Amino acid sequence: MTTSEGPRSRLDPEPISRRDLLGLSSLWMTAGSMLFALVGALRLPRAAVLDSPSKRVRVSLPETLPEGTAFVPPGGGLAVFRDAGGVFAISTVCTHLGCIVKHTAGGFECPCHGSRFASDGTVLQGPAPQPLRWLKVSPSGEQWVVDQAAVVPAGTKVTA
Amino acid sequence: MRSEATPRSALGEFADNLRAAPRRIRETAFRGGTPNTDRTRSTFVFGNVFLHLHSVRVHRWSLRWLTTAGLGIATTAAFLITLVTGVLLMFYYKPYPDVAYESIKDIHFVVPTGRYMRNIHRWAANVMVVTVILHMARVFYTAAYRSPREFNWLVGLALLVTTLGLSFTGYLLPWDQLAYWAITIGANIAQSPREVTDALGITEMFDPGGMQRLLLLGSDTVGPEALIRFYLLHVMILPLVLTGLFSMHIWRIRKDGGLARPVDADERLGPLPRTYPVFTEAPEKTYSLAAVVRGRTAVVNRGPENTIPSMPHLFYAELAVAMLTVAVCLALALVSDAPLRELANPLLPENPAKAPWYFLGLQELVSFSAFMGGIGIPAIVILGLALIPYLDREDSQTGDWFGGPGGWRLVWRSIVVGLGSVLALEAFAIRFGWLREWFPDIPQLVITLVNPATVLTLFYGVYSVWLVRRHASARAGALGLFTCFLCGFLVLTVIGTYFRGPNWVFYWSPADWPRH
Repeated sequence: MTTSEGPRSRLDPEPISRRDLLGLSSLWMTAGSMLFALVGALRLPRAAVLDSPSKRVRVSLPETLPEGTAFVPPGGGLAVFRDAGGVFAISTVCTHLGCIVKHTAGGFECPCHGSRFASDGTVLQGPAPQPLRWLKVSPSGEQWVVDQAAVVPAGTKVTA
Repeated sequence: MRSEATPRSALGEFADNLRAAPRRIRETAFRGGTPNTDRTRSTFVFGNVFLHLHSVRVHRWSLRWLTTAGLGIATTAAFLITLVTGVLLMFYYKPYPDVAYESIKDIHFVVPTGRYMRNIHRWAANVMVVTVILHMARVFYTAAYRSPREFNWLVGLALLVTTLGLSFTGYLLPWDQLAYWAITIGANIAQSPREVTDALGITEMFDPGGMQRLLLLGSDTVGPEALIRFYLLHVMILPLVLTGLFSMHIWRIRKDGGLARPVDADERLGPLPRTYPVFTEAPEKTYSLAAVVRGRTAVVNRGPENTIPSMPHLFYAELAVAMLTVAVCLALALVSDAPLRELANPLLPENPAKAPWYFLGLQELVSFSAFMGGIGIPAIVILGLALIPYLDREDSQTGDWFGGPGGWRLVWRSIVVGLGSVLALEAFAIRFGWLREWFPDIPQLVITLVNPATVLTLFYGVYSVWLVRRHASARAGALGLFTCFLCGFLVLTVIGTYFRGPNWVFYWSPADWPRH
């Protein structure tokens, strides 16, 4: 270890003794290893295996489903419609904070924070950041399968 | 002292020791003896691990009713009540969906005193939220956060957040409709940074929101994993955090030299009566503890002449406040039952779905923007509150109510400005709507940044900066900002509680709500 010659500026760091250096570095190493152990331990609460129930719903639409009327399958979370263009499904999970929106004549309304959506899911009012999601519908014999995990562009309608 | 003259059998000595045991146990437990002199009162306090969080002597100013209004002790007492009743409720509560709901019903209808205990628990929690907010207001308006008490203000803020966290996790546990949808909304608020990351298109790479939600729920759906996590937070993690912070908070009061008081407190109080009216039977000798406590403490430079022993004067006052708190909680619990809605129904939220009153201001903010209302603005508010003692480093009128430039008049003006602006903005947003209704295709980021909540926050900020300039005083700005913050909290809470109906639509009265 060398000491610089000449007057020291007051901005220069204080010279540190060997004993202090060893003591401080062992303290920092202890802190570092503690932190490392803590980060490792904190991996525990992050679940590796998720519940992930099936997002695919099999829907039997009633023969006489008037245009503009929602069919909500048991299990909820989506509304299925049929019109001249075909069958389509819209998620009724509010894009704001996840409440279930209610289908009304004018569109959808959220009971929790007042978001309103048009009947095609676009946001009319309120805090919802995104339109309601359109879900993928595929025909399956007489029935329809809606995949709640698959989002399709708004306006996608399916015919059998 | 044993003497050679009367040799005693070992057995006799044993019998003597046995007879003396009760007295010896008492003497060894309380070494100082009966606290009836100033000296034994001192040892009574600093010889006891719980009492020594207090100083041995307390300044007479601290005992004035108007100094603290006992709000801190009332908060402590409410916390202790929730602790006792909470442990009792844990005997029967089972944290598993649906079973939890049944167990709360059991507690209400079957368990002896269960209904009363749950009511007390709920009311003490509510009292605690009220008193902790009032306590913060008291500390602020008497400028008691100033040097050397800055850090204790931060600890107090952490205690406020922990208290709200305990309240939130508490009402999730019954697994009724309120609980289920509060968990859903809370988890989605935790996820709401996605509102920003989605707008920037970086959610795929950087998703702090999704991570927070996953950590809270322990799953991708709201179910048993989520309930057990919130249970763990409510009965273990948060109470431990609160206890730790609380101990620091009380200890720092002592280390910071007792409660804040005006510099001329001694003159205003007048001389100490020669015989203090109660409890005094010993000679009025005073013991200075200046030697053991460093720094600007109650006694350094001032002498102990205006202090009196904490035992009994302070402790009896504290006990009285605590008893009053207990009485209030018991009385409220008698007249009003803790709510229990229908069993959680994931298909259908209640309409309107309202949080408990202390979160309805937040719910109102969230109804403008999830991220800003749920995370952004609370973070700004807490940061602003935390910085107050480090920005206001003046020292005039510490310890005086509403002290500072303009004092009362400034607070009155700030109340008018604070109430007026929040009411005007709410009225505007309710009457004319906001950006989304005028420009349906507006990017979400614009709404996240410009909504009634952020406009109000910005206005309050600008107003207080203006006050700082006008009065050339940081305290003036702090007075304005804090008063505005209280006004905003109050108005938003009242609107959320009384004027929001189904679909969070504004109604003048619940009588106008549509029937459905």
